[in-house]
Amino acid sequence: MSSHGITRADLHNVHLPRRRRVNRVMELLAWLAATIAVAALIIVVWSVAKRGAPALNLDLLTKTPVQFALGPVKQGLANAFAGSLVLVLLATVMTVPVGILIAVYLTEYAAPSIRAAVSLALDVLNGVPAIVIAIFVFGLFVVGHGQSGWAGSFALACLMLPLVARSTMEVLLLVPVSLREASLALGVPRWRTTLSIVLPQTLGGIVTGTVLAVARVAGETAPLLFTSSIVGTQVSWSPTHALQSIPVAIYELSESADPADHARAWAAATVLLVFILCTSLAARWLATRGRRRLSTSR
Amino acid sequence: MINQMQVRASRPERLDRVLAVESLDAFYGGKPALRDVTMDVYENLVTAVIGPSGCGKSTFIRCLNRMNDLIPAFTQTGTVRYHGQEITGPDVDPVAVRRHIGMVFQRPNPFPKSIYDNVAWGCKVLGMRESLNERVERALTQAALWDEVKDRLKASALSLSGGQQQRLCIARAIAVEPDVVLMDEPASALDPIATGAIEQLMHDLKQDYSFVIVTHNMQQAARVADMTAFFSISRGEEGERWGELVEYAPTETIFTNPSDKRTEDYVTGRFG
Amino acid sequence: MSAVPAPRLTARRFRAGDAALQLVAGAAALAACVVVALIVWKVVDGSLPSIHAYGIRFVWRVAWNPVLGHELYGAGSFLFGTAVTSLVALLIAAPLAIGVALFLTELAPRFLRGAVTALVETLAAIPSVVIGLWGILVLGPVLRDDVEPALHTALGFIPLFGPASASGSSVFTAIVVLTIMILPIVSSISRELFLGVPRELREGALALGTTRWEMVRGVVLPYARGGIAAAMILGLGRAIGEAIAVSQVMGGVVGIHWSLFSGGDTLGSKIAESYQGGTTKLQVASLIYLGLILLVFSLLMNVAAQWIVRRVARRQGVGTKRGALG
Repeated sequence: MSSHGITRADLHNVHLPRRRRVNRVMELLAWLAATIAVAALIIVVWSVAKRGAPALNLDLLTKTPVQFALGPVKQGLANAFAGSLVLVLLATVMTVPVGILIAVYLTEYAAPSIRAAVSLALDVLNGVPAIVIAIFVFGLFVVGHGQSGWAGSFALACLMLPLVARSTMEVLLLVPVSLREASLALGVPRWRTTLSIVLPQTLGGIVTGTVLAVARVAGETAPLLFTSSIVGTQVSWSPTHALQSIPVAIYELSESADPADHARAWAAATVLLVFILCTSLAARWLATRGRRRLSTSR
Repeated sequence: MINQMQVRASRPERLDRVLAVESLDAFYGGKPALRDVTMDVYENLVTAVIGPSGCGKSTFIRCLNRMNDLIPAFTQTGTVRYHGQEITGPDVDPVAVRRHIGMVFQRPNPFPKSIYDNVAWGCKVLGMRESLNERVERALTQAALWDEVKDRLKASALSLSGGQQQRLCIARAIAVEPDVVLMDEPASALDPIATGAIEQLMHDLKQDYSFVIVTHNMQQAARVADMTAFFSISRGEEGERWGELVEYAPTETIFTNPSDKRTEDYVTGRFG
Repeated sequence: MSAVPAPRLTARRFRAGDAALQLVAGAAALAACVVVALIVWKVVDGSLPSIHAYGIRFVWRVAWNPVLGHELYGAGSFLFGTAVTSLVALLIAAPLAIGVALFLTELAPRFLRGAVTALVETLAAIPSVVIGLWGILVLGPVLRDDVEPALHTALGFIPLFGPASASGSSVFTAIVVLTIMILPIVSSISRELFLGVPRELREGALALGTTRWEMVRGVVLPYARGGIAAAMILGLGRAIGEAIAVSQVMGGVVGIHWSLFSGGDTLGSKIAESYQGGTTKLQVASLIYLGLILLVFSLLMNVAAQWIVRRVARRQGVGTKRGALG
């Protein structure tokens, strides 16, 4: 660089202490960022657990809410637990077959242009905010007919579909061509090959994808606000009218001024968190087990 | 081991044609892979297809059971007839073709099912449900695998060794009683003992099936085949390459008295 | 197998099973496309009365007056709220997320790596209603009682830091909540991007005698630049679309206020707040109009992110992991 007998190495060494300092500062900042992120998680989870645990009792699950109770505890949220169960179950039943079929269509039958178009549709569906899905299902099913568990489940299903379809596609593409060829070479028709040889291989991945989608959708509030939120306090298992759900219950209770309501909200939030964390863990465990099995089989 | 004398003696006098290939051209995305192949495959014989890498041997035998249909950019012209019936037309059902012309692949590809189910499943699906147990036993016996697996039929097929898996694939293919069995380098992934077992198998089963085997290994062709087809690579003016059938004759002729110089070069080059 | 009459191979190339499967599977794929089209149609259709009444001026009009006889609606206030909360949240979350990602790929000792990654991903799994609950009942009071007064006292001359909110529900609370929500998204995508930087590039820089930070600044960040941009856009899209948590922690106030500690509303939260039913048809249509604006923005973000991904992939000649971003 310079011409006064200073070599490049010298120049580097001249600035080295400063450069080392900058490096150190940046490292500290990165550590700080990670600490903040982990702290945020711990703070939130701890807050919820700390306030939710004392209010957790069996009543929460078994008793229904009492509208105008006197006294500190207004009983339970049985209707919300039952409703959530029905809503998520129905949504899963709606989504999984359709998602699998879409994945099969995209991997086995679709021409490249059609595959691109349908993939785009799935991506768009994935990107639509939940509140807009709520408006959509509201306009489609609720206007004129009233709210219902079917409408709520359908809204949840719209959220689940891209996840299930994409994860099924990923596992379908992993099935080696040689397996398909072995079956076809026997003279087995294509549809039989797909259903009896290819799909069974993907079962593990489908289950994992479904579990992840369930974990995602179990805590969704917005889609249910417009479709399944005007409810009574009785436990109901029928989706023909609106069903209460845990997320909506938490939402409503959180806006109330009554501390007893807050207590139940914390308790329900704790249960919801535990459920979601367990299902996410289960999905991850299933995924690693499936990967391990795939790598040892051939 | 099978020597040439045995092969010559076992060839039947009257040769029926099971497959007749006429002016077959094959293209991948418009680029030629095979040009103008015309040959007949005879019944109850082992026909070997030999030649250097890239001469289209695999492409050729995949044309014989419409397996190339699975490749999107593939097109072909010319005809292949099976017992006189054209199998290359657009109105022919490839699934029906593959029922009669089976295939064993280069790498063993058993289904992730039990040994028994690997063999039985094809039969079940194709409607051959009677005496399933006998069928499975017969196929495994013919594939020289029965003694080794008869006590663990319910074990996973993936627990077998490579050579055993390949014999299982052969059993699976012959369990559905095809007419012709195509083999695409069936022993290339196997050790010499497993290879020998498969070669013996072909010799023993010749009376019931017709075999067409692609092989890289000339000694194998010499040991096992009654007829041998030699393919070679031709080059065009702009540098494109495709495979051509150079010579097709009884194995003994190909190896001791070839008519085409290219055959002679290939055959003697290897024997060195 | 000889002397058997030649089997019939022709005809019935049409197989019922194949046709059935293709039909059913194709119908499912079609259904997905139809649903997407229906979403767009329903949202447009539902907002038509409001579009007819107010036209495009609705988008920037700052008003929301449901009083009968004086009805006037506009999205301006909420657009402002959405913009402020989402952009500021992104401004805070992005550097944090990149810092976390760099920590995980460059600095973390092996035993910490898996744990911290899992913890950050868990943050993403927390439902928005739970974060909103925490926001109202825990974060809000803390901000109201301690943070906001302190900031107001210290920096009150800047209009951004006005008087502390009465209830803890403010734009500021919403910003903190949104930051927590988009941090994991940007972080996990960035992490995958950084992991994808080829080893040779990294080692090439280090071999010159650069410090780790210089290597990151000179090699890793430029390499991942496009992907990070896409990740940020995806995070922004998430923030824009968030309705529940924001509606819980932001007092519903119409109008444009510059103080971070005042209340406000975003497009999503305004819609969510009215779930119990609007009063008039025009109000309902106006709410759906808000949803339409939200939808348009979300789609634009999505398209922008995909476009960036494709441009980066083309320029680098390497497939950026669509799996990470898709």
